[in-house]
Amino acid sequence: MNPYLQLSGVNKTFGDFTALDRIDLDIEQGEFVTFLGPSGSGKTTTLMIIAGFEDATRGAITIGGHSLAGLAPQERNIGIVFQNYALFPHKTAAENVYFPLQMRGVKKAAGLAKAEEMLDLVGLKGFAHRYPKELSGGQQQRVALARALVFEPDLLLLDEPLGALDKNLREQMQIEIKRIQKRLGVTTIFVTHDQTEAMSMSDRIVVFSDGNIEQAGAPLDIYHRPSTRFVADFIGESNLLDAVVTDAEARVAECPALGSVVFGAEGQPPVVDGQEVALLIRPEHLKLSRDPKEGRMNAKMVIDTIVNYGDNALVIGHRGDTQIRVRVPGADVVILKEGEECHFSWTEDAAFVLDR
Amino acid sequence: MAVTLSTLTERRNLWPWLLLAPLAVYLALFFLVPLAEVAIMSVTEPRPGLANYEKVLTGSLYRKVFLNTFATAALVTVCCLLVGYPLAYLMNATTQRRAMMILLLITMSFWTSFLVRTYAWMVLLGNNGPVIWLLETIGFEDPPGILFTRFSSTLAMVHILAPYMIMNIYSVMQKIDRSLIRSAESMGAYGLSLFRHVYLPLTAPGIANGSVLVFVICLGFYVTPVLLGSPREQMAAGLIGHQIEEFLAFGLGSAMAIVLLVVTLIVLAIYSRRFGLDKLYG
Ligand SMILES: Nc1ncnc2c1ncn2[C@@H]1O[C@H](COP(=O)(O)OP(=O)(O)OP(=O)(O)O)[C@@H](O)[C@H]1O
Ligand SMILES: [Mg+2]
Repeated sequence: MNPYLQLSGVNKTFGDFTALDRIDLDIEQGEFVTFLGPSGSGKTTTLMIIAGFEDATRGAITIGGHSLAGLAPQERNIGIVFQNYALFPHKTAAENVYFPLQMRGVKKAAGLAKAEEMLDLVGLKGFAHRYPKELSGGQQQRVALARALVFEPDLLLLDEPLGALDKNLREQMQIEIKRIQKRLGVTTIFVTHDQTEAMSMSDRIVVFSDGNIEQAGAPLDIYHRPSTRFVADFIGESNLLDAVVTDAEARVAECPALGSVVFGAEGQPPVVDGQEVALLIRPEHLKLSRDPKEGRMNAKMVIDTIVNYGDNALVIGHRGDTQIRVRVPGADVVILKEGEECHFSWTEDAAFVLDR
Repeated sequence: MAVTLSTLTERRNLWPWLLLAPLAVYLALFFLVPLAEVAIMSVTEPRPGLANYEKVLTGSLYRKVFLNTFATAALVTVCCLLVGYPLAYLMNATTQRRAMMILLLITMSFWTSFLVRTYAWMVLLGNNGPVIWLLETIGFEDPPGILFTRFSSTLAMVHILAPYMIMNIYSVMQKIDRSLIRSAESMGAYGLSLFRHVYLPLTAPGIANGSVLVFVICLGFYVTPVLLGSPREQMAAGLIGHQIEEFLAFGLGSAMAIVLLVVTLIVLAIYSRRFGLDKLYG
């Protein structure tokens, strides 16, 4: 079966600046896909091309097998939530939500009824007659979401919709958006540069870097099996150590910082003897102890800094010139002291190699 | 400590007033005092009493002039809007460079003196001027005189006042968030409905501000209607001047001036009460 939304070879240049190099991406119907990447990596540009506000310099986009080429934004039936919500200040919440229906020729009485229904769904019962400036940021966000969904769009695009909200509200809206998206089954692209947001919400994460897709995959796939150093670094905390493969068969690499290391994680890329690789061990896969642990690989380090988060802590230490990051449960922190030497240990399946 | 802090804040609060003082003194001496004199004159000249006001408010000539003043101001406002809105839109839509060029052309008329501009219109529209010549050339036999009509004075006033309208609307258009327009488009709004439902309401504050400004300035216009307009369709300011210069009727002229002032203030009050659009858009 063909994918629902397909971007093939999409390229975009502004003058002689390449904003999008080559974007190939398939999205299934009903999928919740997150675009994640640093500032300026081309997430918004991709969204604007899909929405029809920018023309791709090269490449093609299809929805449900139909090309979007030559279709104006008005003809694409795509719902968009902008970062600043873009609510019409002269219209009430209900009138805002009614607007796309009005443009489709729905009569006022029926349209406003539908709008209020939609406002109910996003948890804004009783706010229909408020003007945007009479609503809080989170409430405006909900109105914008209702407005983008009320006309049953083929696709929902959200460009950093939660960027302006405080942490609590953010988390609440993440759950809310996910709930509504599931319930309506609308295919959704969500842009963020917050990796935890991407992790918690997405069916699939697409990591952007410099106008290219660095990797696309399920959140845990990307977390545990990053395909490039950039992804490993960008998503989650990581220990990335240079190493050279000494025995590809037995999956052993020689690492200046740790010595001989077996990389036994699942789904690693094929390697050959003598290949220069980067060894990835996530901080939460390391354990700290006074003495070496039986049945695990062990090494020593000196603790430099302890960053306490309450339920857990990040311990940053060094071994020789190499920085080591270890995540420990909050309760274990009390016995650790900065400046002390201790052992850290890991299991073979925690070590993952990727191309350097 | 508490004392120094509070004196500090007090001093800081005093600063703006100190800076305003020269202007306040100037206004008091050269505006409020003469205005008070005018008000006093209106009830004392030629003899004490409200006779002047009675005359102004009941005399048919005066009523006609006031109505004409309002009609003209309204007409000029509408014309400024019709000319100014598309121009402001063009300025907003085009490149920054072109917008500056247009702005330069529009404000060019501000650099020439008021009288020179008015006389320029007299030359242009006069019986030996290029406009009449053009009309004759394209086949009008014996074209009607344009100068000294409502047309000529309205044209000149629109020319003078349009920049106020344009600047007000342009500044509002510039501040409209592009994502508002884009989101309207993504929801299916095309050209005319996009304009009617989104763009026009968003620019309404500029229209309201510009219109009130033009209308109020126009109510008090003197030189242009006197020099270019029809003598049979005088405006209030012209008539006031006439009363004082020709008939030395200081009291009557003053009473008319006060009535005009009060009417203008009423317009402004209604505007800020009813159309405080800035409030709505926050
Ligand atoms: N109209 C434009 N003209 C020139 N360059 C542009 C234009 N729009 C975007 N760019 C450039 O294209 C690159 C990608 O921009 P884009 O807005 O897609 O980034 P982004 O991934 O959305 O970043 P952010 O997380 O900061 O929103 C940036 O370097 C930007 O400067
Ligand atoms: Mg962006």
